[in-house]
Amino acid sequence: MNFHVPVIQYAEVLPILIVLGAAVLGVLVEAFIPRSLRYVFQVVISLGSILLAFVAVVRLHGTSHVAVEGSVVVDGPTLFLQGTLLLLAIGGVLLIAERGLDTGGSAFTAHAATLPGSEAERTALASGIIQTEVFPLTLFALGGMLLFPAAGDLVTMFVALEVLSLPLYLMSGLARRRRLLSQEAALKYFLLGAFSSAFFLYGSALIYGYAGTVSLSGIREAISSNAGNDLVLLMGVALVTVGLLFKVSAVPFHAWTPDVYQGAPTPVTAFMAACTKVAAFGAILRLFYVGLSGLRWDWRPMLSGVAIVTMVLGVIWALTQTDMKRMLAYSSIAHAGFILTGVVAVNKAGLEGSLFYLAAYGFTTIGAFAIVTLVRDSTGEATHLSQWSGLARRSPLVASTFALFLLAYAGIPLTSGFVAKFAVFAAAYSSGSSALVIVGVLSSAIAAFFYIRVIVLMFFAEPKEDGPTVVVPPIMTTAAITLAASVTLVLGVMPSSVLDLIKSAARFTF
Amino acid sequence: MNPANYLFVSALLFTIGALGVLTRRNSIVIFMCVELMLNAANLAFVTFARIQGNLDGQVIAFFTMVVAACEVVVGLAIIVSIYRSRRSASVDDVNLLKF
Repeated sequence: MNFHVPVIQYAEVLPILIVLGAAVLGVLVEAFIPRSLRYVFQVVISLGSILLAFVAVVRLHGTSHVAVEGSVVVDGPTLFLQGTLLLLAIGGVLLIAERGLDTGGSAFTAHAATLPGSEAERTALASGIIQTEVFPLTLFALGGMLLFPAAGDLVTMFVALEVLSLPLYLMSGLARRRRLLSQEAALKYFLLGAFSSAFFLYGSALIYGYAGTVSLSGIREAISSNAGNDLVLLMGVALVTVGLLFKVSAVPFHAWTPDVYQGAPTPVTAFMAACTKVAAFGAILRLFYVGLSGLRWDWRPMLSGVAIVTMVLGVIWALTQTDMKRMLAYSSIAHAGFILTGVVAVNKAGLEGSLFYLAAYGFTTIGAFAIVTLVRDSTGEATHLSQWSGLARRSPLVASTFALFLLAYAGIPLTSGFVAKFAVFAAAYSSGSSALVIVGVLSSAIAAFFYIRVIVLMFFAEPKEDGPTVVVPPIMTTAAITLAASVTLVLGVMPSSVLDLIKSAARFTF
Repeated sequence: MNPANYLFVSALLFTIGALGVLTRRNSIVIFMCVELMLNAANLAFVTFARIQGNLDGQVIAFFTMVVAACEVVVGLAIIVSIYRSRRSASVDDVNLLKF
């Protein structure tokens, strides 16, 4: 009997290996390094490994190859999204590592196992201990995210989905303040996330039953040669789509988003909101553009419908919110709809537009949530909208920066959001879905209303007597906000170099 | 025996699991229903492997089991921590985050 020895191209999966290796190293640090030194070790390992992985991605530039026996595809979209994810993760890790904002020392609980309000919790708080387990968790999640858009078959996609989700469930429950809310967010995220990944898995099983293989290129061939029972295939595609749409929080699979975004510690929300969306849309693009492209007449109407409902309901719900984090959560739902508009174009312009939108949206999100961590009162972050009135009198710089991010979300010219929205709408229009474009533009107009309402509130309303203070951002948060703001501006003012990069990268290999 | 029968069983298990998630109120039971759905997928994978005549589906079943085990670890940790702070595992009690 002959055994086929699998060939693994370690060089091509190096970015993923570096991040996951660093995560394992982080676990060892937790076990063997004295507590006082752990923080420094963890921050250095996290940021160092992300930078190394970014260098590895840049060195792979131009690669277009199916690696690891078909499980991982290293091509233009993969590398672009991996680079974006790593840069976003730098911002996320900087926010997570921040210790100068909260009077307790960090945004994370002193001891996650202690009961909220118990004697043990008070002891843990009084001892001044700050756990550092969140860093390896972040790196594990990031490793899954890097693999997700690169997955060349449905099983790798499923494993990557779980590797990115499981640490995020835990991280959502680690908030230092309002711990019951945070635990509740973790429970909701976990139960709904596990439910949706079961749908994804059963869908993969049905597609495997149709095609006899789970590799995306194999599914593509099976569809083009019409290999089996169409009903099995369509049910499988529908179930897999449910699992993926859950991760990007498209309506009607969005119910977890506002609760989790609000309950989770804000640095985790920033990381999760930006990076999960980028990774999950990467997987959606690969699945639909490579595996199921022969079936586009069946899935395009479905995804177009989801995009319309997501945009319209996302902005309408966002209008009615009174909490800053919830409003940003609903706005992220609406943005999932805008990105789906690019996905359903099913042409090169759609792919390019979606990739650009993901990068633009990710950096704006990191920046916006970073600003939310700065506005505080005695109980922690002041997230109620009314508390933000007159913020510009207290801190013009912070208010202006937040205004920049909101304008980018709204898609005002000279910010990245405008170029991104223009790219996806132009792609959708060129593919003949003008109805989708009309709904998209109308939703953007409604969305602009509630973003600009916040700006008006910050600049033209009277500040409250007992309003929150704006903390002067310490170095790490400043670095994250600067990174986000500069990318938002550069992508808006001089998008051509990034657009050229995407143009050369936007080709799937299979 | 006709392998299609196993597919019917797997679809039935999946449906029972999905309905259980939607209707049951105890988070542990909901979680068990999710596990049932994953195992339904496993049965489907193995049956399709038999029908298609290749081993991929059987190998995938192992992957699913490992992932399900990891999910148990994370899930029970979260459920236990909620139970300890609220003395209840009912999902109707976790309602602080309503708007």
